[in-house]
Amino acid sequence: MGQGRKPKMAVWKFASCDGCQLSLLDCEDELLKIADRVQIAHFLEASRAVVKGPYDLSLVEGSITTPSDAVRIQEVRRASKFLVTIGACATAGGIQALRNFQDVKEFISIVYARPEYIQTLNTSTPIADHVSVDFELQGCPIDKRQLVEVISAFLHGRKPNTLSHSVCVECKLRGNVCVMVAHGTPCLGPVTHAGCGAICPSYDRGCYGCFGPKETPNTSSLSRWWGRLGVGEQDLVRVFRGVNAFAEAFRKESEAHERQNDQDQ
Amino acid sequence: MKDKTIKISNLARIEGEGALFVKIKGDAVVDVRLEIFEPPRFFEALLRGRAFGEAPDITARICGICPVAYQMSAVHAMENAFGVEVDGPLRALRRLIYCGEWIESHTLHVYLLHAPDYLGYADALRMAKDHPGIVERGLQLKKAGNEIIRLMGGREVHPINVRVGGFYKVPTKSELAPVAERLRWAREAALETVRWTATLPVPEFDQDYEFVGLRHPFEYPFNEGRLISNRGLNISVREYEDSFVEEQIPHSHALHSRFKNRGAYLVGPIARYSLNFDRLSPIAQEAARAAGLSAVCRNPFRSIVVRSVEILQACDEAIRIIDGYERPTRPAVPIRPRAGTGYGCTEAPRGILYHRYRVDDAGVIQEAKIVPPTSQNQKMIEDDLRRFVQANINLPKEKLGLQCEQTIRNYDPCISCATHFLRLHYDRE
Repeated sequence: MGQGRKPKMAVWKFASCDGCQLSLLDCEDELLKIADRVQIAHFLEASRAVVKGPYDLSLVEGSITTPSDAVRIQEVRRASKFLVTIGACATAGGIQALRNFQDVKEFISIVYARPEYIQTLNTSTPIADHVSVDFELQGCPIDKRQLVEVISAFLHGRKPNTLSHSVCVECKLRGNVCVMVAHGTPCLGPVTHAGCGAICPSYDRGCYGCFGPKETPNTSSLSRWWGRLGVGEQDLVRVFRGVNAFAEAFRKESEAHERQNDQDQ
Repeated sequence: MKDKTIKISNLARIEGEGALFVKIKGDAVVDVRLEIFEPPRFFEALLRGRAFGEAPDITARICGICPVAYQMSAVHAMENAFGVEVDGPLRALRRLIYCGEWIESHTLHVYLLHAPDYLGYADALRMAKDHPGIVERGLQLKKAGNEIIRLMGGREVHPINVRVGGFYKVPTKSELAPVAERLRWAREAALETVRWTATLPVPEFDQDYEFVGLRHPFEYPFNEGRLISNRGLNISVREYEDSFVEEQIPHSHALHSRFKNRGAYLVGPIARYSLNFDRLSPIAQEAARAAGLSAVCRNPFRSIVVRSVEILQACDEAIRIIDGYERPTRPAVPIRPRAGTGYGCTEAPRGILYHRYRVDDAGVIQEAKIVPPTSQNQKMIEDDLRRFVQANINLPKEKLGLQCEQTIRNYDPCISCATHFLRLHYDRE
């Protein structure tokens, strides 16, 4: 970074729950230190002071679901030197990407009495479908320690040190007994990206895939194991169709089970 | 007198995205609109066809600031559909995690979002330059709330441990002990917060609200109770839709809730407080009195003090729950799904949050309805704005604009929560 000038950081919101940007405000011990090192130039949830771009670092939360947001993300990209997407919405389309598997007109009419007032796209898509993204931080929500790591990596001009292995590895590191092997609890840990710290298995629950697919996940093999535990095709569709439903590996797996389910009926 | 238009295209320090538009002609306010341009996410539609057990995890994603509220209303509604009662220590643990969310969410609002208005700062980070001790206390108090959620729920945002019937895993007494230790500090910090917010300058702006909130026979309400108002409403949760209706209004671009027969009403801290002052713990009542509040608060600019009293209440309640805790023998009550409709309403930090689900005999959701607090308050926010601008019409435009923002922030509106708010037509200047 240039000497004497604090890098300018911006936080942008698209379709989302605000939880990932809240993770920044949840850094109770680090927040004031971060604010000493970067100029928070655009962060509407926290400040009414807005500094004009360009921005050195943009954190983008949320997915693209409306025509105007599809335009706005282009503006954000142009104003940003380094663009990081934070969370499942921004990296995979989020829970609202469930619409991608159905007729959005029907969705609108279920929620709104006057559908004609609604302006929305047929799909919820990740930021990388629209603009180039410099780094993607997965998770629903992101892990705040990883967020601090991404910001400090940026400040030091290095690559963020976020692990790419599965939740299983984190689970072993925590010394957990495997919930799937020992208790017969279906778990997405083997195919899910690390980062949460294996929270669900630590609470006697199977992983439900908040952090999205890890690199090269073997989802079909895991599905067969789930089948042996008595999980049916329709449930497997739901399992892979969660907050990361539109991430490619999970999408393909849920579609495979949907086809299987249709054939079975 | 000149005509003026106040237009704030991007409201800051609220959750989600909104804009404000006020039009003044001569000495009269002719138009007030709180505009919402948060894209719709269609939760009620995407819940159809999902398993009942998924409802707490999916609806948590409506809001990153109050996910526990969504999880609580969802599990209560499902248990209502299946005829299950969760009581004893499991019920107490639900109150405990809700205390954590109230502390975290209210403290975020009081210190980081709302207080800068009273002291003239753009944000809490700038406020911290002049008042480092105050902001640091706020952050540590917020952290105390988050620590409850982290232990009870696994993480602060979208906790994973809440399920229909109870929890996946319940803590031991010794796991809770350090949290209680920190809460004893937090209770003192909350008391300081009440004293400090009571010193903030507040405009005279008493309003004649109809307050709506839950009322429990002997507790300050979190999870259960009857829905009451100060004008005679007294219904069970399942009768909610008999009394209230949601409307889609083109000019306001959102579903507004109102009484079927009499218009706007107010939910949230000052409504809850004014309906339930007698249910506050002695320490909270005493602090409220010392801060100059009476048993009813009608000035929305004093909501910051009321929120602080509720932080104190939540700290005190959490300590009481932990001190009396005996670990239950099982983490959840067994659930056997059956076809039916279930109703749930709990007190989210911003006010009552209503869920209704119709499920089939396998427990698959056929229909879902969710009414978040912010869509219930939206009509009242606009009413407040209209009256506030009218009463202060001679203020310079910039100052009036700032005070309009503060009027909106009095409500701690959560636009992300409003699952079915519309995309609005608005021009970004």
